[in-house]
Amino acid sequence: MQIKTMAEYFAEGETPEVLFWVGCAGSIDQRSQKITRAFAEILTRTGTRFAVLGKEEACTGDPARRAGNEFLFQMMAYNNIAVLNNYGVKKIVTACPHCFNTLKNEYPELGGQYEVVHHTTFLQQLINEGRIKMKEGGSFKGKKITYHDSCYLGRANGIYEAPRAVLEALDAELVEMKRCGSRGLCCGAGGAQMFKEEEKGTNRINFERGREAVDTGAEVIAANCPFCMTMLSDGVKETGKEDSVKVLDIAEMIARDMQE
Amino acid sequence: MQIVSQLLFLAALAAAVYFFSRRAAGIRRSIMLGRDTDLSDQPARRWNNLLLLAFGQKKMFRNPLVAVLHFFVYAGFVIINLEILEIMIDGMAGTHRIFAPFLGSLYNVLIGCFEILAVLVAVSCAIFLVRRNILKLKRFISRDLDGWPRSDANYILITEILLMVLFLTMNTADGVLQTRGAAHYPVTGSFWVTGAFQPLLEGLSDSTLAGIERGAWWLHILGILGFLNYLTWSKHLHIILAFPNAYFARLESNGKMENMPAIQQEVLYAMQPELAPTEPTGTEVPKFGAKDVADLTWKNLLDAYACTECGRCSAACPATQTGKALSPRLIMMKTRDRSEALSRGEQDKTLLRDYITEEELRACTSCNACVMECPVSINPLDIILQMRRHLVMEESSAPQEWTLMFSNIENNMAPWKSSPDERDAWIHA
Repeated sequence: MQIKTMAEYFAEGETPEVLFWVGCAGSIDQRSQKITRAFAEILTRTGTRFAVLGKEEACTGDPARRAGNEFLFQMMAYNNIAVLNNYGVKKIVTACPHCFNTLKNEYPELGGQYEVVHHTTFLQQLINEGRIKMKEGGSFKGKKITYHDSCYLGRANGIYEAPRAVLEALDAELVEMKRCGSRGLCCGAGGAQMFKEEEKGTNRINFERGREAVDTGAEVIAANCPFCMTMLSDGVKETGKEDSVKVLDIAEMIARDMQE
Repeated sequence: MQIVSQLLFLAALAAAVYFFSRRAAGIRRSIMLGRDTDLSDQPARRWNNLLLLAFGQKKMFRNPLVAVLHFFVYAGFVIINLEILEIMIDGMAGTHRIFAPFLGSLYNVLIGCFEILAVLVAVSCAIFLVRRNILKLKRFISRDLDGWPRSDANYILITEILLMVLFLTMNTADGVLQTRGAAHYPVTGSFWVTGAFQPLLEGLSDSTLAGIERGAWWLHILGILGFLNYLTWSKHLHIILAFPNAYFARLESNGKMENMPAIQQEVLYAMQPELAPTEPTGTEVPKFGAKDVADLTWKNLLDAYACTECGRCSAACPATQTGKALSPRLIMMKTRDRSEALSRGEQDKTLLRDYITEEELRACTSCNACVMECPVSINPLDIILQMRRHLVMEESSAPQEWTLMFSNIENNMAPWKSSPDERDAWIHA
């Protein structure tokens, strides 16, 4: 895959349309890398001039801040903002709702002001502009799909419609879980829970959510967040349905069914 | 005789107002134990929230059926309180239905409306009692409410029903006395609801009826004065504090955490030492995060006093739903209990550990479900995150996995163990 970095654009004296902020999970986690590649492929195929930071990208500091380590968060923010401002970045798209939230809501008062878009909103715009056209009779046509609202896209930022609008383009049957939209149940990973063992209780949050998603009878659980992806995949595995129920990121679904 | 009754009324009113204002000042002091925060920005949006969230009870309508019942009780209490004005004047001046002659036929319409509302209030409260005690909704039978909080809720509902019944009884007896042309009972015309119940009391003598009417009148107004004082010690305080709480509600996106300018500054000086002041600027060592209620903002404490313990937050909380120690409702109840205790001089305890455990704080996923559900604009998450900041920054207390995550971010620029050089490996894979 041929992907240019911000540094390469800069060296050529050019500016990309948008910076793709990949995030730590998208860069490192093997399952999430597939989402990253799918989204990068969509950007390439739609002729979107985009760049990544590559090795210059660092954690936004979200998990550190939510765990209580404000020092570390401020350090990360300071460095990231320096890099972003140095390249004169105006617009950022990211496939991680946690990065999205931090970049959009928390960096501005620290000196980092950018137009930040989550990849589901970006995909919706590409579809609306006709830059993404779906195949007739794609692989999700008529299939039952349920959508899991991530907390940091939904309740934290009020984005419920864009991901659903993108899913509609797949011509599938969207079935909602009882806890959806602003009532959506968390996957269990937010607030730095992703990086520690769950506190003791009667059930694991992702088992509860996985069960709820599987009970809709959907063949695909659509996610928009790499942490939700991990949690829900484990949750589905717990129900023993991992062969018949797939957890996919919305970008992967679009990449699979878009016209060449 | 009349003058004695007027004096008794005045004494009761004065006592009720005195004790209420004393307690109100105490609550104000408790809330002001919190640190200062400036919430005077964007008044237009704040007034809008006040109208929509408090007056309009917008969040309640996430469950329309309960919202309508609750709206009856709310509207009933606000509107029937117009009648309290007349009762007050009558009580002090020794008059009876002093507004009747001035309002003419409108008076009967007003009382008719109050009566209909009174019935709706009583019926709604009865349904609420059934939901709590017979249907046993999960959030009402939760262990959060063991002891006083559960009784408190029932006392409030029972008192409200009794007050409405007294009001209706008073009107029924009054109506019968009117038809008999009894002295001191000006004719207003048959009341809409209690008019239908008059036959039940027809057989009683004038003096018995007057006894019932006066008795109900006194119990009703004394009940209201008593209730006014009771609510300041109860979860029912939300009927007052929901209003300022909606006005001062957070206006930023739910996902944004409060910035800590002191630490932002520290980091800036560490990265650009040339900007750091050469002279030490202050002798005070700043405190990071919250260990006790005084470290929280006054808005956090106002939240705690505005909480009506409905449990919508905990019913939606992923941690509570999966049996973790955390319940956002309890976070608010404990914060209020500690504020009360600190006001009374409890010096040897702190909110952290004596009231709220580390385990509770660690269970939060910061999903904002509690914030989203709260009908009175309470933010339990803000308290949890401030306390986490104290644990990590003041006590270096974090689960081992978090400490590892911190060091990974610091050294590898990612929360996992991986080389920063691997960060773009996905491109070439």
